[in-house]
Amino acid sequence: MATEILDARGPDRVPLVERPGGPTGRGPIRHGDDGGGPSAAFDPGQFGLWAFLGTVTMLFIGFTSAYIVRRTGADWRPLPLPALLWVNTGVLLLSSAALEVSRRRRRALDLRGLRVWLGATALLASLFVAGQFQAWRLLRALGFFLSSNPHSSFFYMLSGVHLLHLAGGLVWFSLVLFRLRGARYAAPGGGRVLSLFATYWHFLGLLWVYVLVLIFFF
Amino acid sequence: MEGEERMAHTEAHAAEAHAHDHAPTAFIWKYVFSKDHKVIGIQYYVTAMLMALIAGLLAMLIRVQLAWPEVNWGIIGKLLPMGFQGGDGQPYVMNPEFYAMLFTMHGTIMVFFVLSTAPVSGFGNLLIPLQVGARDMAFPFLNGLSFWTFFCGCVTILTSFFVGAGAAAGGWTSYPPLSALRGAVPGSQIGQTFWIIAMVFFISSFTMGGLNFVTTIINLRTKGLSLFRMPLTLWSMFLVAILGLLSFPALTGASLMLLLDRHFGTSFFLPTGLVLNNAPMVGANGQFIHQGGSPLLWQHLFWFLGHPEVYILMLPALGFTSDLLTTFCRKALFGYKAMVGAMLAISGLSFIVWGHHMFVSGMSPYLAMAFAVGTILIAVPSAVKVFNWLATLWRSRIQYKTPMLWAMGVVSLFISGGLSGVWLGQSAPDIQLHDTFFVVAHFHLIMAGAALFGVFGATAYWFPKMFGRMMNDTLGKWHFWFTFVTYYGTFFPMHYIGLAGHMRRIYDPYQYEFLKSLQPLNHFITISALILGASQVIFFVNFFWSAFKGEKATENPWNANGLEWTTASPPPHGNWPGAVPEVHRWPYEYSNPDAPKDFVMQHEPPLAVESGH
Repeated sequence: MATEILDARGPDRVPLVERPGGPTGRGPIRHGDDGGGPSAAFDPGQFGLWAFLGTVTMLFIGFTSAYIVRRTGADWRPLPLPALLWVNTGVLLLSSAALEVSRRRRRALDLRGLRVWLGATALLASLFVAGQFQAWRLLRALGFFLSSNPHSSFFYMLSGVHLLHLAGGLVWFSLVLFRLRGARYAAPGGGRVLSLFATYWHFLGLLWVYVLVLIFFF
Repeated sequence: MEGEERMAHTEAHAAEAHAHDHAPTAFIWKYVFSKDHKVIGIQYYVTAMLMALIAGLLAMLIRVQLAWPEVNWGIIGKLLPMGFQGGDGQPYVMNPEFYAMLFTMHGTIMVFFVLSTAPVSGFGNLLIPLQVGARDMAFPFLNGLSFWTFFCGCVTILTSFFVGAGAAAGGWTSYPPLSALRGAVPGSQIGQTFWIIAMVFFISSFTMGGLNFVTTIINLRTKGLSLFRMPLTLWSMFLVAILGLLSFPALTGASLMLLLDRHFGTSFFLPTGLVLNNAPMVGANGQFIHQGGSPLLWQHLFWFLGHPEVYILMLPALGFTSDLLTTFCRKALFGYKAMVGAMLAISGLSFIVWGHHMFVSGMSPYLAMAFAVGTILIAVPSAVKVFNWLATLWRSRIQYKTPMLWAMGVVSLFISGGLSGVWLGQSAPDIQLHDTFFVVAHFHLIMAGAALFGVFGATAYWFPKMFGRMMNDTLGKWHFWFTFVTYYGTFFPMHYIGLAGHMRRIYDPYQYEFLKSLQPLNHFITISALILGASQVIFFVNFFWSAFKGEKATENPWNANGLEWTTASPPPHGNWPGAVPEVHRWPYEYSNPDAPKDFVMQHEPPLAVESGH
């Protein structure tokens, strides 16, 4: 078993062609004849994910241009920034950090550490979600509703769309946990599963910082 | 314990590999919830075909109304009580609101659910893995999910006809405030909400497809297939996917804002001081409910998608055309790199010209100038494409097979539609011609027509790879000539009535004295359109008859060069029974005098003369 684990060491760095299942590590059918083309250059999963992040970025660029146009309106009333949002931001960034620690624990093949830090990631992520709902409640109590004025409309809409993407991320996270269950965390694909998810999760952290800056400091 | 776990793991892995190596056999996994790109491509294609049938019938109703607004609709009026008044001895007359719904839904269904779907999602899925030399798309599950998401979109948009007061009626562009105020027109009620939901389904589906397209083309090309050895069909699919990924999010965002405006009282697009049916829209406190929104903001966001979107429709047709022309001219494509460059230029420019749809919105003339210059620039790569096609045709021995006729039809429509684009792209003529039938003529020729003809050509050409059979060439030619003549007969005279001032979205043009003289021409257009619609029956008959009873196709019936012609017709699950072919050259090696035959396929080993270089 020890050698087995050593073989699986550092799978993040293993060239794609050496992975089981052909150059892509997945895909429907491989007869071992697909090596050597441009396909072996990099991971299709990572590429597809970045393409998706590109399309999400364009969505927020669209919202940003709408925001810039709309804030010139005479009915624009500034929204107060609840201090809780700072806490939420910190919590989300910490969850990203915890995810990075889990990746290191996995590479060190420390199963216990991996579980602890993945648990921490999940906990911090849930805290962020709860915190966002609480921030909405605070603002509602202050009389700022979705339709009150354009600034509050944008806040609710953008934080809501961000939260929707985050909810998708949490579904994905539960699939990741399922994939890494038991001894599978040490399998060659484990590092890939985790690094794909980490890319998305860090992106969501940065996206939230962007939304915060856009809405309250722009 | 560990050993057991490992054993279980290995077994699971083996089972997985086993499942991957063999095609699914149960009907539901093989043909319904399939992950095979060829099945998904055909699913997309056939669904789009049925949607085209519905949208085409809507167009027929529009045309009859425009030619004979006073006509008694008789049995049709009886069958569609939502759209007609009359009965009990009175003649059936179309409702104006129903007319608005007809052109809205015709446009929406045709643009998104037919002409974005059949060439891109249909042929893209069918052809990309075959042409890049891959076993399947990069993410087969996502691909299947994409189709069923699209299917939900189709169901939603079709259901919208039967909910509340009927489907959306604010034009395919859904400009607010018409689309944002539920009381504005009957179609602005729940029908418009369904429109928005259908768009969200469509965009999600198109995004999943686009991710698959770019990843497959970038990552799964077979050995030797460098980017500059790709057939232009692949190039067009690659660019279309990028356009979709980068432009559709603008409509996603705008649709969400429109939904919030409609149902949650926000004012993104709704300005202060709205008066609806002579009643000011004020709340209980005497203030206007909606304050300060900008209807123009929607137009900017919509057209930021909308302009790349029309190239999403058109680019695949341009790619098909290049591939078809070379095959049936038996000649190398003239200026391959210039063709790729032209497509790149058209795609790039498509992102900075959206304002030319908004010249009459009161924009600064300087801004209009900037948009006009960008638009006119598109004429340059377009002219490069036309020149290269003509140079490819020049002095070749053309084989007039059905696919070739359609490809030449695309060239023809691209020229005639493109020329009026140069008029409309400049703000001065556009301000005169905006919202007239001149615009209708322009985009039906270049965008709708080129895309449609491209799809018909591709269908006849790649039919063997869909069903393993050939389409009937005689029926195909009849279909082509009827369609070609009546297509021009329908849309060419629209230039004239547009110049004469016939507005675009009008229920009864003859309420205006100055349009009365155009009625005979509208009769001609409508008769052409009805024949055009009826001739599509030939296509449907040919399609379904050939799919089941057509002549069996060989591996490479057209003596073409692409990788898709190196495998059986239809290709088996996994596309090649043996190894995936390697590529040694571009796909346009026709009539090389040093080669033993008049075509050298992409996978054939280098010729003596080639390796000598």
